[in-house]
Amino acid sequence: MKPSEQKTQEIFIDGAGCASCVGKIESALKQVSGVTSAEMNFAQRVVTVAGNASGDALISAVENAGYHGKLNTAENEDNSLAEKEAADWAYYKKLLRDMTIALALGIPLMIYGLVVGEMSVNTSGERIGWLLVGIATLAVMIFSGKHFYIGAWSSLKNHSANMDTLIALGTGTAWLYSMIVVFLPHLVPEMARHVYFEATAMIIGLINLGLALELKARGRTSEAIKRLIGLQAKTARVIRDGKERDIPIENVQIDDHVRVRPGEKIPVDGLVIEGHTAIDESMLTGEPMPVEKSEGDSVSAGTINKSGSIIFAATRVGKDTALAQIINMVKRAQNSKPPIGRLADVISGYFVPVIMIIAVSSALAWLNFGPDPAIAFAIVSATSVLIIACPCALGLATPMSVMVGVGKAAEAGVLIRNGEALQTASKITAMVLDKTGTITLGSPKVTDIVITSDMDETTILKYAATLEAGSEHPLALAIVESAKEKGVENGTLTNFSAIAGHGVEANIEGKRVLFGNEKLMKEQKIALGDHVETAQLLAAEAKTPMYFAVDNQLAAIIAVADPIKSDSIAAIQRLQHNGIRVVMLTGDNRATAKAVAEKVGISDFFAEVLPEDKSKKIQELQMAGEIVGMTGDGINDAPALALANVGFAIGTGTDVAIESADITLMRGSLHGIADAIAVSKATLRNIKQNLFGAFIYNVAGVPFAAGVLYPVFGVLLSPVIAGAAMAFSSLTVVSNANRLRLFKAQEH
Amino acid sequence: MMIINLLGLGLIALIIWWFWLYKAQEIKMEDNELLITVENGVYSPSRIKLPVGTSIELTFLRKDPSPCAEMLLIPELQISESLPLNKVKRIPLPALKPGDYAFHCQMQMYKGQISAA
Repeated sequence: MKPSEQKTQEIFIDGAGCASCVGKIESALKQVSGVTSAEMNFAQRVVTVAGNASGDALISAVENAGYHGKLNTAENEDNSLAEKEAADWAYYKKLLRDMTIALALGIPLMIYGLVVGEMSVNTSGERIGWLLVGIATLAVMIFSGKHFYIGAWSSLKNHSANMDTLIALGTGTAWLYSMIVVFLPHLVPEMARHVYFEATAMIIGLINLGLALELKARGRTSEAIKRLIGLQAKTARVIRDGKERDIPIENVQIDDHVRVRPGEKIPVDGLVIEGHTAIDESMLTGEPMPVEKSEGDSVSAGTINKSGSIIFAATRVGKDTALAQIINMVKRAQNSKPPIGRLADVISGYFVPVIMIIAVSSALAWLNFGPDPAIAFAIVSATSVLIIACPCALGLATPMSVMVGVGKAAEAGVLIRNGEALQTASKITAMVLDKTGTITLGSPKVTDIVITSDMDETTILKYAATLEAGSEHPLALAIVESAKEKGVENGTLTNFSAIAGHGVEANIEGKRVLFGNEKLMKEQKIALGDHVETAQLLAAEAKTPMYFAVDNQLAAIIAVADPIKSDSIAAIQRLQHNGIRVVMLTGDNRATAKAVAEKVGISDFFAEVLPEDKSKKIQELQMAGEIVGMTGDGINDAPALALANVGFAIGTGTDVAIESADITLMRGSLHGIADAIAVSKATLRNIKQNLFGAFIYNVAGVPFAAGVLYPVFGVLLSPVIAGAAMAFSSLTVVSNANRLRLFKAQEH
Repeated sequence: MMIINLLGLGLIALIIWWFWLYKAQEIKMEDNELLITVENGVYSPSRIKLPVGTSIELTFLRKDPSPCAEMLLIPELQISESLPLNKVKRIPLPALKPGDYAFHCQMQMYKGQISAA
């Protein structure tokens, strides 16, 4: 068996009551053909099975041994999503069924109460009639409301309280009081001999309806993550031993050669080794134009091959693919909470017992100071308080909006790390942009070689390329690329040293060679003479001039230009229109920086900033009271990104280091920053609406239910209305969060 | 009326004691062999004692279909995971410093506590 065909499966065992079952289950599984080992963890009731046996064979072996088994496939997100949807659908149907049964009793009773106006127990005939209704209500409580009572009892035993506790206490009190009226009417004043069976049935029905609708609405909040998970291919066509075959994606190994035909999804990350095509990466980057790919280019899982057939070598599989990392990051961010939600969390923690205390206090107040029948008023107010209070609306207010907001951002190629980043991004007042690779394309080209000595251009280019061969700086790459294009071969160097923020020096073919900025030349006492003006002229054209000296004499000025991204100007204007101060930082010389800044409309820029000084600039802005966002490539700017209130890593396509910053922009456009800020603001606004609504609902609803308006207006809330309000308060929060789905992040 | 008032005040005292003052017994966990079930609105066991400085895995089995039970959060450890229905989910914890770490659902209706000591 090939290692790739070996797999580990986990089976959850139900019905294993004693440790002696372990041996029986393990040996039953080991007898299945293809199983190489089976080990059971009794405490966790999980057997880990290695081998290539099918899941069905393993389950039937467990069943034959007298136990129930379920494959634990949580690692397979796609399956787990389908299973989750199936489980949610089954639960939704159950809730609707429970609701129908409860309302089938509750609505006629309520209509009867409204039409006849009497639900009291005065005659023996009425006692028998209401007893039958009480029994029917009990059946509804057991059938349709069982989950509330079991949940409440479990919580109570556990010294905790939740929504079930409130519903169970509210409906239970109403039913119990009504049964006392039926069985022991003499204990209750004649005026108070009312029954509240309709309230019990209606509350159970309405809350089940609210839960069902909330479940549906919740499903919509996670559409973004479902879409991302849906991007994953299920199979890959691999070429092994010269033969092509389709295998499940989880069996693809690193270095496997994978063929992808036009129209198919790229199954795992890799490097193209054969063929040429255009790939649609919009689902990951938000960039609508397909990207040309040929030999040596990288491809990412989840993107779609549009035109040609390619073969690529797998470089990242399973949880390591860019898509898997994106899914993981979005999931984590969706479940994190911004600080704004913390107060609601603290309140939620104390909510239910406090409501119970208010209900008891309210009942006592009515009994002591209420009009006749005080006992009926006490029961109605206590029941209404218990039923109207909704901890769920408070608890859901923040996470539901974050879920939709983070998902919305992901659709636009903006990955937000957590709730805190989301909240801070909405408050940014200053945005610092690195020039190279952020405002510009980051792929400069050599534009001018101004020779200032008797050396020829080929030798200059040879020395310069030799010096820069080991560097990954975009300017260095431009020199190396230019030498390659002209067929100039590199020499050999010794004593190489890089002087951070200044340039490099080394010995090449016995000559001491320096290559860098004006500062480097001045420090090394190289005479620049009038050539400074030449350099300034080049810089004024937004080119970056670099001085090249051989044996302590200036030999040439090499100018490199990095084109400005086509939409940088519009994106910077968009930020400025939103009241954000845009600042440019660059290690480049002042003249070049000025030329670029002027072109893109930035008046606030700092040139010749050493890498370590970028953090200082961020600090200075923070000291001036700004909330600072910093955008860079996520690698060279790491300290500044970390120090900024929100760090934005900008990339081109899926190569960007996804986890390097608070917010990752999957496409190179600066519009991503404006999109991220816009979606953050919209999400925070939505959270505030939800929190305000939930707070107001509870702050106003609970006293109203307790009867504070009764002394003035003579109004006391019916428990049925309280139940309806409670059922729909959570739904309102989830629906308001869903409004965010309509938000358009890309306003350009 | 006096008796009713006293009963009412007693009930309030009982609520305060039962939900806030009473500390449930902690289950000690020495290695990875403990299953926490999520069922009927509670984590069981809900109070877990873990050794300090050891990486350990919590194993959850969610049997509760309510969507409220789906998310598990341990805010102090920056952990938020979804619990699949009727499946075992292992959640690795970093080596813990001494202290209490609350775990709960998104709405804090399901609650538990890890004590590292």
